[in-house]
Amino acid sequence: MSDLSLAFDAALTLVATGDETLSRIILLSLQVSISAVLVAALVGLPLGALLAVARFPGRHGIIITLNALMGLPPVVAGLVIYLLLSRSGPLGSLGLLFTPGAMVIAQALLIAPILAALSRQVLEGLWEEYAEQLRSFGAGTWRAVPTLLWDGRFALLTVLLAGFGRASAEVGAVMIVGGNIEGFTRVMTTAIALETSKGDLPLALALGLVLMAIVLAVNAAAQVARDAAVRRAG
Amino acid sequence: MRAPVSHLPLVATQLRYAAGGVAILHGLDLAIEAGPPLVILGPNGAGKSVLLRLLHGLIVPTGGNVTWSGEPGRPRGAMVFQRPVMLRRSVLANAAYPLKLAGQPRAARHAAAMAALDRVGLAGLATRAARRLSGGEQQRLALARAEATGPEVVFLDEPCASLDPAAARAVEAIIAGIAGRGAKVVMTTHDLAQARRLAGEIAFLHRGRLLEQAPAATFFSAPSTPEAAAFLRGELLA
Repeated sequence: MSDLSLAFDAALTLVATGDETLSRIILLSLQVSISAVLVAALVGLPLGALLAVARFPGRHGIIITLNALMGLPPVVAGLVIYLLLSRSGPLGSLGLLFTPGAMVIAQALLIAPILAALSRQVLEGLWEEYAEQLRSFGAGTWRAVPTLLWDGRFALLTVLLAGFGRASAEVGAVMIVGGNIEGFTRVMTTAIALETSKGDLPLALALGLVLMAIVLAVNAAAQVARDAAVRRAG
Repeated sequence: MRAPVSHLPLVATQLRYAAGGVAILHGLDLAIEAGPPLVILGPNGAGKSVLLRLLHGLIVPTGGNVTWSGEPGRPRGAMVFQRPVMLRRSVLANAAYPLKLAGQPRAARHAAAMAALDRVGLAGLATRAARRLSGGEQQRLALARAEATGPEVVFLDEPCASLDPAAARAVEAIIAGIAGRGAKVVMTTHDLAQARRLAGEIAFLHRGRLLEQAPAATFFSAPSTPEAAAFLRGELLA
């Protein structure tokens, strides 16, 4: 119990003094996870919208696959990207393994199916409401995709948050492709895992507190922004 | 503001439509020429809404065909649904959306959309969220949105069905304005008084068949079928 409270005190001191190691880890974590969300959104949201509006053979199979991939274990995503980026792999010449870039790719792979599957669900409801009206305007399937993405923007914000939550909380993928190199690829989750196993509980706890605070703050800010926007735009 | 080339007459030939094995229209012939509004009258379930959707090209007939000036061609005209869908955007963006689809540059489509909003008395609400409007305002916005592209034919499905009398009067005035600017209005209603006020011509539909197509004055003074006569007396309900 006293160990815990001592660690807690030390953790708060680290946070309060803006410890440099701590700040660097936090910054990199945010950079990697936000980049991963953006990359995954570029693919996942249009794919989700297309699956919501288009009817083609194989659509059902894709949806089932995406739903299954929502549960993709982070270590598997990490392993796949590791194999692709390792020196003897097909993309080995890029020299990305053990860089933040590789971590972005791995997290993007992990959350793109989540963004696609969730946005498909959200936009399918919107499409049911819009389909006849948009056809009357002469908008075909392809043209409906950007319209749905824009008109579903508030719901999609929640989808993006789910992706960000998953990316910032996972440890397996970034550990494998980033290597947890101090000052270079060490992020909050890998640092927590390492420091806990080393017994440096204050740093681990401080990182844990910050991680939770960030996830909370991001979600709260998004909720406030969403409510305000919905009040304006209906 | 209309296209210089006319695509009328709009002709339906032996038009059939069935859904789930139930026949809704049984081989219907109808010709729509330029001129004052055509009101499609008939009791509930007569097939009025289905007929509008077929004419507009939203659904594909089970049999027969629809031609614009003799050619099958792509769907034309604009339609206002009984419950129009308001895009989750501003009033102005709603009115401008069909123009955006048509590829008009931003400044031009905003000017055209503002002009359309002005004609329905919504210019002052242009920046409001469309879904925050009242039912009557939404219907007026739907009319402005349909007219923004200057369609040659405007299809209206029960445009006043869920409106209070004041809102319905405003909508009727807008419809008269659309017809006055030279667009062909084709509308369904089950409201006889409204049909008398707006119609130049009546198509009377009963159980999926077109029983009469006549100038409004003729139809109301001397209906040629017993069903139409019964409908005008308020006796024919289905």
